Amino acid sequence: MAEKFINVTLKIWRQKNAQDAGKMVDYPLKNVSTDSSFLEMLDVLNEELVAKGEEPVAFDHDCREGICGMCSLYINGEAHGPDRAVTTCQLHMRMFKDGETITIEPFRATAFPVIKDLIVDRDSFDRIMQKGGFVSVNTSGNTQDANALPIRKEDADNAFDAATCIGCGGCVATCKNASAMLFVSAKVAQFSLLPQGKVEAQERVKNMLHQMDVEGFGNCTNTGACEVECPKGISLDNIARFNREYMKAAVLGSE
Amino acid sequence: MATLDSKIPTGPIADKWTKHKNEINLVNPANKRHIDIIVVGTGLAGGAAAASFAEMGYKVKSFCYQDSPRRAHSIAAQGGINAAKNYQNDGDSNYRLFYDTVKGGDYRGREANVYRLAEVSGNIIDQCVAQGVPFARDYGGLLDNRSFGGVLVSRTFYAKGQTGQQLLLGAYSALSRQIGKGKVELFGRHEMLELVVVDGKARGIISRDLVTGEIKRHSAHAVVIATGGYGNVFFLSTNAMGSNGTAAWKTHKKGAYFANPCYTQIHPTCIPRSGDHQSKLTLMSESLRNDGRIWVPKHLKDVEAIRKGTLKPTELKEEDRDYYLERRYPAFGNLVPRDVASRAAKERCDAGYGVNQTGEAVYLDFKSAFQRYGKEKALVEGVDNPTPAQILAFGKEVIESKYGNLFQMYQKITDANPYETPMMIYPAVHYTMGGIWVDYNLMTTIPGCYAAGEANFSDHGANRLGASALMQGLADGYFVLPYTIGDYLADEIRTGPISTETPEFVEAEKAVKDQIDKLMNIKGTKTVDHFHKRLGKVMWDKVGMARNAKGLTEAMEEIKQIREEFWSDLKIPGVANGMNTELEKAGRVADFLELGELFAKDALHRNESCGGHFREESVELDGEQKGEAKRDDENFKYVAAWEWNNTPGEAILHKEDLKFEFIELKQRSYK
Repeated sequence: MAEKFINVTLKIWRQKNAQDAGKMVDYPLKNVSTDSSFLEMLDVLNEELVAKGEEPVAFDHDCREGICGMCSLYINGEAHGPDRAVTTCQLHMRMFKDGETITIEPFRATAFPVIKDLIVDRDSFDRIMQKGGFVSVNTSGNTQDANALPIRKEDADNAFDAATCIGCGGCVATCKNASAMLFVSAKVAQFSLLPQGKVEAQERVKNMLHQMDVEGFGNCTNTGACEVECPKGISLDNIARFNREYMKAAVLGSE
Repeated sequence: MATLDSKIPTGPIADKWTKHKNEINLVNPANKRHIDIIVVGTGLAGGAAAASFAEMGYKVKSFCYQDSPRRAHSIAAQGGINAAKNYQNDGDSNYRLFYDTVKGGDYRGREANVYRLAEVSGNIIDQCVAQGVPFARDYGGLLDNRSFGGVLVSRTFYAKGQTGQQLLLGAYSALSRQIGKGKVELFGRHEMLELVVVDGKARGIISRDLVTGEIKRHSAHAVVIATGGYGNVFFLSTNAMGSNGTAAWKTHKKGAYFANPCYTQIHPTCIPRSGDHQSKLTLMSESLRNDGRIWVPKHLKDVEAIRKGTLKPTELKEEDRDYYLERRYPAFGNLVPRDVASRAAKERCDAGYGVNQTGEAVYLDFKSAFQRYGKEKALVEGVDNPTPAQILAFGKEVIESKYGNLFQMYQKITDANPYETPMMIYPAVHYTMGGIWVDYNLMTTIPGCYAAGEANFSDHGANRLGASALMQGLADGYFVLPYTIGDYLADEIRTGPISTETPEFVEAEKAVKDQIDKLMNIKGTKTVDHFHKRLGKVMWDKVGMARNAKGLTEAMEEIKQIREEFWSDLKIPGVANGMNTELEKAGRVADFLELGELFAKDALHRNESCGGHFREESVELDGEQKGEAKRDDENFKYVAAWEWNNTPGEAILHKEDLKFEFIELKQRSYK
């Protein structure tokens, strides 16, 4: 538990912009507090780089408490690094050994092009959401009372678990097919479990799947790596639920 | 010169909003298609407003500095959202929520706004459930509630410790639907750097594309600022790293008055700071005070032993613990409002009872909750004679189901297991009640420019109650702005498209480019964070939880000094015409260095203690309330709205007198 200080060597992907080829660059870093988070360790590196007049390493981050889904590093071959059920901002340096070499890359997928260094473009996720990740209800002061429709606690809890996805893209970066299935299925499952979402269930599953293909994400082959690396523990059950919804839509679809 | 007209409708408090809605102007659906609205920020207020405007037929442009609207910092709100549904049959009502909020804000909020907030609170829950927001439910399938500080009812709706996330994803879904329909044009990774004012009206903004560095002009018939608070002026806060005051500050400098900048909420339950490497502080939800009890040791010898590691907190006997909130405030106990709880923690730590190495930590203990829930669950599960170990295990299970993500977060950060040892907590900067001054319609002193959510000042007075930020953000976005903005836009139907080629746009764009050039060309020796950390230290030490005239005067001078050094010795590597994270931070810190001075000036002028603003000179000296904050209604019962005047230290004060017609002004007591 006590704070210690370690020395590490960082191998970091540097890429000026989308057009640049990019390469790995080594940075030794001394006296890193084991109490600091991984991103705070990068802050220290960047302060040193700026002081030397070099460009700091660009990386995405915002809330730094594991909920915004902005941070997106691939560390030592794992999305969000070696710890489980954490985002990169919740990964702490106590997970690393003194003298260790740490490799840091951006999330890699055709649908996530690199913008600069470790920052990637995840707009493809937003575009999938725009195709069906919603219940078509306008703002209205006259919807029915929130308690008018009881929802089984188990369904509400499962919907909540699916809805905790933070849209970081760790599942895509981890998947050998770069599939977005865990992300898409979590949203489809959330709404399929709630009466409010059932009305548009058929269109939703078809439209979101179609957009996933358009964006260039791969297919799901049920290898399950996504579930292991997901910072929010989104379960593979959601993919099963997605497939059931898709079958229903395909077989019973009215078109 | 703008005047302060709050435009509060006449009539009884419960009828004002209905009457106002009946009387304000509407825009014909066909005309809405020709009217543009810019919404800056995509949190609960901005996201909800943008989606609602588009549903009504307006053309919307939505801006956020994050890559996606779903990442706005509303997402990090944990504990819940208040609504006067009275589902618990415990005597709740719109009036009671209104009363609690006005009292909680230490009688420094505007009555009419607060009543409206309470009035639409129930609609918010209905709306969110209709969108598919998965709130917590009980076994009968109905919505569950919990309690928050400063109130005596259970009116907080929640989704584990992730309520903000679920509400924001609801608003984001609604927004996504409109983007998919082409009704909203989204500008992700764009930052607003200037407001454009033409003939006295807000007509657009200048943005910087954070990927390409391109400076762009955008015109509209109205502009909504929904960019959150300015807590990062303290460097360390529970805000996101990117949270900033720039859009609000630029709007202020273009003519919008800035109200009550010194009203800051220091949240009592955050993870204590550990070292110099620290980049932010993490909140542990106030909902934990439902079940956790706050204490420090009664005797200094135990404090020493705990700090040395020779005594574990779990070993300390009940009679040797000081549950100081329960002792000082028996009526509200651990659920006193945030400002009261924070000051009480500081009082104990200043007296030497802090339980960690820095002396700035108190315990939040779940021991008795484990027992209470454990026994209940054992009965429910049919275990007749549960062993102590079984009770404890059941109790932990229940706590896990309520707060699992918070306990996990705590363990990841501190490397200590809160199921086995009490949490350590300490107050940290969390929320800013101050913000851009707005009237009843949420319009600023610049016609056509609105401010919503944490960015405005209106509803929380000098202290915000827990679970009220989410309520206010969504109320402003879903149920207030969609009506009030029409009142203004009804006069804009003949305006037609607004050109971005006018001298005002050219000039605003030039000002943005000039500032960027100036920043890039300082070519000094110190980093942005160097200046930000120095500013933060001055703010925390002299404009923090306890303030006095001497410290505040010094702070104003020191901040000015840091600002001068910033503009002569800042170093930014890289170029401006591409992604440059140091340049982004520099622009934000430049604004904080001005805002901080106005903040201190406001705190200096307000020679009373109210809510989160505690002046050491203004304390009750005797009686039952001895040592508590002392408000001065005779001299300070007003909103301080500051007008920009070339430099923050020279800002001009305007006063909006607060009238309390429906609630009697009283000393706030939680004893």
